[in-house]
Amino acid sequence: MGIRLIVNGIVHELDVEPDAPLLWVIRDELNLTGTKFGCGVAACGACTVHVNGRAMRSCSVPVGSVADAEIKTIEGLGAGGLTAVQEAWIAHQVPQCGYCQSGMIMAVSAFLAENPAPTDEQLGAAITNICRCGTLSRIRAAVRSLASGKGAGERR
Amino acid sequence: MNRRKFLIGGGTAAGALLVGYGFWPSGRLGRANLLAARPGERFLASWIKIADDGRITAVIPHCDMGTGIFTSLSQMAADELDADWKMVQAEAAPSDPLFANSAMAEGFALEGENMTIDSVPGILRGTAMNSMRVIAEYMDLQTTGGSCAVRFTGVYGMRVAGAAVREMLVKAAAARMKVAATEFRTEMSRVIHVASGKSFGYGELAAEAAGYSPSAHPRLKANGEYKLVGKPIARFDIPAKVNGATQYGIDAQVPGMCYGAIRISPVFGGQLVSVNDAAVAGNRGVKKVVRLNDAVVVVADRFWRARTAAEALAPVFDPGANGGVSSKTIHEEQLEALKNGKVKKDFSTGAGADALKNGAVVERTYNVPYLAHAPMEPVNATAFYRNDGTLEVWASTQDGLGSRVFCAKAAGLPLDKVTFHLMPSGGGFGRRLPDLWNFLTYAVKTAMAVPGVPVKLIFTREQDMQHDYYRPNVTSRFRAAVGKDGAPVAWVNEYTTNDDPNAEAHIFYGVPNQFYGTVKVPAHVPTGPWRSVEASWHGFFVESFVDELSQEAKQDPLDYRLALLKDKPRHAATLRLAGEKAGWGTALPAGCGRGIAMVECFGTIVVHVAEVEVAKDGAVKVRRVTTAASCGRAVNPEGFKAQMEGAVIFGLSAVLYGEITIDKGAVTQQNFPDFNAVRLAECPAIDVYIHESDAPLGGAGEPGVPPVAPAVTNAIFVATGVRIRELPIKNHALAAEGRKSSFAAG
Repeated sequence: MGIRLIVNGIVHELDVEPDAPLLWVIRDELNLTGTKFGCGVAACGACTVHVNGRAMRSCSVPVGSVADAEIKTIEGLGAGGLTAVQEAWIAHQVPQCGYCQSGMIMAVSAFLAENPAPTDEQLGAAITNICRCGTLSRIRAAVRSLASGKGAGERR
Repeated sequence: MNRRKFLIGGGTAAGALLVGYGFWPSGRLGRANLLAARPGERFLASWIKIADDGRITAVIPHCDMGTGIFTSLSQMAADELDADWKMVQAEAAPSDPLFANSAMAEGFALEGENMTIDSVPGILRGTAMNSMRVIAEYMDLQTTGGSCAVRFTGVYGMRVAGAAVREMLVKAAAARMKVAATEFRTEMSRVIHVASGKSFGYGELAAEAAGYSPSAHPRLKANGEYKLVGKPIARFDIPAKVNGATQYGIDAQVPGMCYGAIRISPVFGGQLVSVNDAAVAGNRGVKKVVRLNDAVVVVADRFWRARTAAEALAPVFDPGANGGVSSKTIHEEQLEALKNGKVKKDFSTGAGADALKNGAVVERTYNVPYLAHAPMEPVNATAFYRNDGTLEVWASTQDGLGSRVFCAKAAGLPLDKVTFHLMPSGGGFGRRLPDLWNFLTYAVKTAMAVPGVPVKLIFTREQDMQHDYYRPNVTSRFRAAVGKDGAPVAWVNEYTTNDDPNAEAHIFYGVPNQFYGTVKVPAHVPTGPWRSVEASWHGFFVESFVDELSQEAKQDPLDYRLALLKDKPRHAATLRLAGEKAGWGTALPAGCGRGIAMVECFGTIVVHVAEVEVAKDGAVKVRRVTTAASCGRAVNPEGFKAQMEGAVIFGLSAVLYGEITIDKGAVTQQNFPDFNAVRLAECPAIDVYIHESDAPLGGAGEPGVPPVAPAVTNAIFVATGVRIRELPIKNHALAAEGRKSSFAAG
C-alpha cells in the first residue's frame, strides 16, 4: 500500500494507483505545477522531468514504475538559484508564452549533461519538444552559447 | 454591431470620429483603487498607479499570452512619464467594466475610417473623451487580438496616460513650490525645478498629483525624445517562465477542487444519447457524471481518474444531420459554387472583370485546409458555483471582461454575482478569443451541476483538437488578363466564404481593373480567427498567383512585384531590403530554390524570402528565412523580432504539415502526432530586419505568419518546377522520380 516517490529530494508516501501517470501525480498530488500537460501521449515534451538524471515524458510514465527513483522537476532544477541553462534562456529572451519551456529546459539540461558541446544536428536529433509560439531559433542560440562556454554572458 | 467582427476583422469597423483618451469620469478613481490598488498606492489615471515608494504600475487591459506586450506597453507609458525603468512593473487589469479598453475601441474605430491619430483635427481630440470608454464598456472590451496592443492600447491609451500623469506630477510639484508648472522638467521619476535644482520623487508627489484631472491631450514625445521606446528591454515575464513559477489557467488552485474530463459529440452539432454509467460505478474518486446536451463530463477528485472514467463511459452520440460531411464533400461544394454559384460582388475598380478581354487570361485556383490553433496549454477553466448563488471562474482567455460577461450569461446570473480571474495563457493564437469559449460554457455548466464544489475542467489534447474553432477551409479562384509586358491589366478574384468578404483579399499591387467577389459555402465546422485571420489564406492565394504571373511573364518574381509597386514606396523598400539581405539572385546548390512573398496586415508589411532544399526523395527542408518587416518603429525591437521568428515557425508548421480534415462530420486528427509541428531539427536560420519609417506603429504578433506559406511554395517551385496550389505541402509528391503537381493548373 502506498508508493514511495522521491521528488526534488523530498520523499513522499502516496496512496495512488500504480498506473496513474507521473505527470498528474506531480501536478495534482504534490501541487508542483511547473510540469505541464501538453498532449498526454509523449508527443510534445511539455511534461519532461528527470528520472535518475534522464529526461522522461512524465505524462506517459506510470507512477508505479518510478517508485524509489530520483525525480527532478523544473522546481528542483537549480539548487536555490538558476542553472546556466535557465540563465541562458533569460539572456536570449527565449520564452514567449512559456508553457513548453519547463519541458524544454528539462530536456535540454539532461541532454547537455551528456553532451555539453553538441552540434546543431545533435541538438535537433535529441530535442523533439514542441513549441507552438516558435521559440526554436532562440533555443538553438541559447544552447550554442552554452556549448561554446559563453553561456548567459553572450547575447545573440 | 457584431462585436467579434468589430474586434477581429481588419478595416471593416464602423468608425466614429471621436478621439480622446478614454478617461474615467471623476469619482471612478475611488472604485479603481478599491478594485486594484494596494495600500500605499493609487491610480492617477486609467492604467497607471503610483505608490508612495515610487513604484509605478502599468495596469494592462490585455492577457499575457507570450508576445511581451506587458513590457512594451509599460515602456510606452513609462517613457512618456519619464519614469525610472527600475521602478516600473505591470499587472493585468481586473475583469471589470471599469477597466474596459477604450483605447482599443478608439484604434479600431480610427482604422475603420482609415485614419490615424495624426489625421484627426486637434479640435476634435478630447471633445467626446468618454465616448470610447462607453463603447468599450458596452462591448465588454478587454480583448487581446488583432495585433492591437501596441498600436491601439499603447498609442491611444498607455502613451497618453503616461504623458497625462507626468503633467499631473508636475502640477503637484508646482503647487508645493507655488511657482508655474513651466519651471519644471522631469527625469528618472523625479520632477525637477530647473532654476533651483530642487526635486521631488514621483512617489512623494503621487497622492497630491492624484487630486488633479488628467488632461485628454497632454504633450506627447516626438521621435528622438524617447528613452525607453525603441530599446530592446528584457521582458518582465521571462524570469518566472524559466523556473516553472508562472501560473497559467491550468494551474489554478482552489481549496477542495475536483477535476472534470469531458467527451463532446465528435460530430459538431451532435447530441448525447447515452452513457454507460455502470462502467464507472464504484470507480475511485468519481463524484458525478454530468450529462449535457452534446457532451458528458466526469467530475472526480483527480484528473486522471476523471479522464479514465470519461473514456470508460463510452458515450453514444447522435451525429444529427452532418454525419455524412467530409473534407472531400466540402471541397467539391466549394468548386461547384465557384463554377456555378452566385458571386456576390465585394469591390471593383476600373472596368472590373470586363477588362479580362484586354489580354491573355491566366486562371488558377488555390485551397487552404482547416487548421487547429493547438496552443500548448489545452483549453481549460476552473469554475466554482457556490451555494450562495455566486460564480467564480479562473481561466486563460484573450478577454477577461468578455469572459466574465460570457460566464454570467452561461450561468444565467447577473454580472455582479460572477468573478473572473484572468490567468496567463499557454499560447492563444486566437483560440481563446471572445465567443470561441466552449470550454467556459462546459466548465460553468459542470460547476452548476455540482454546487459547492470547485471543478477544474481540462480538455485532453484530443478534445482540444477535435473541438476547436478552425481556420476556415477556403478555395479561391483568380483570373488575370496579362498585357504584352507581362503585367496584369485585370485582376479578378472570387473565393468561398461562410461569412462576409475580406478586405485582406484586396491587393496593394497596381492593377488598373480589379474585381473581388465571394460565393457562400456554409459548412457545419465551427471556424474562428487563427493567428493572422483572413490574411492567413489570402496571403497565400495572392502571393502564389502573383508569383505564377511572374513565371508566365518569364520575369524575376522580385522585379515583377517591384514593377507593380511604383506607387507604394514603403512596400517596395521592404521588398528590396528582404531581397538584399537574403542574397536574392545569388547562386544556390542544385535542388535548392528561393521564394519571396509579401503581405500587409494589422498595419505591418512583412516580406519573407525562404530558401528551400528539396531532396531527391521529395523531403523538403527550409534552410533559411530572411525577413524584412515595416512596422513604423518597433517599441521593443528584440520583442518584435521574436514575434517574427515565432511567426515563421508557426507558419512553417502550417504550410508543411497543417491540416484538419473532416470525415463523417468529425475531425480526423487527434493529437500532435497527426497534427504535426516543426521541431528544432527543422528550424531554419531566421534573420529579421526592421524597415523603419514614419508610418504608424504596426502590429507584431500576426503579420509574420501569412507570407511564410507562399514564400516556401514559391521556393519549391523554383527548386522543382512543381507549383503547390493546395496546402499542406506534405500531401504533394515531390520526389524527383515522377514529380508532378497533385493538382492540375487552373
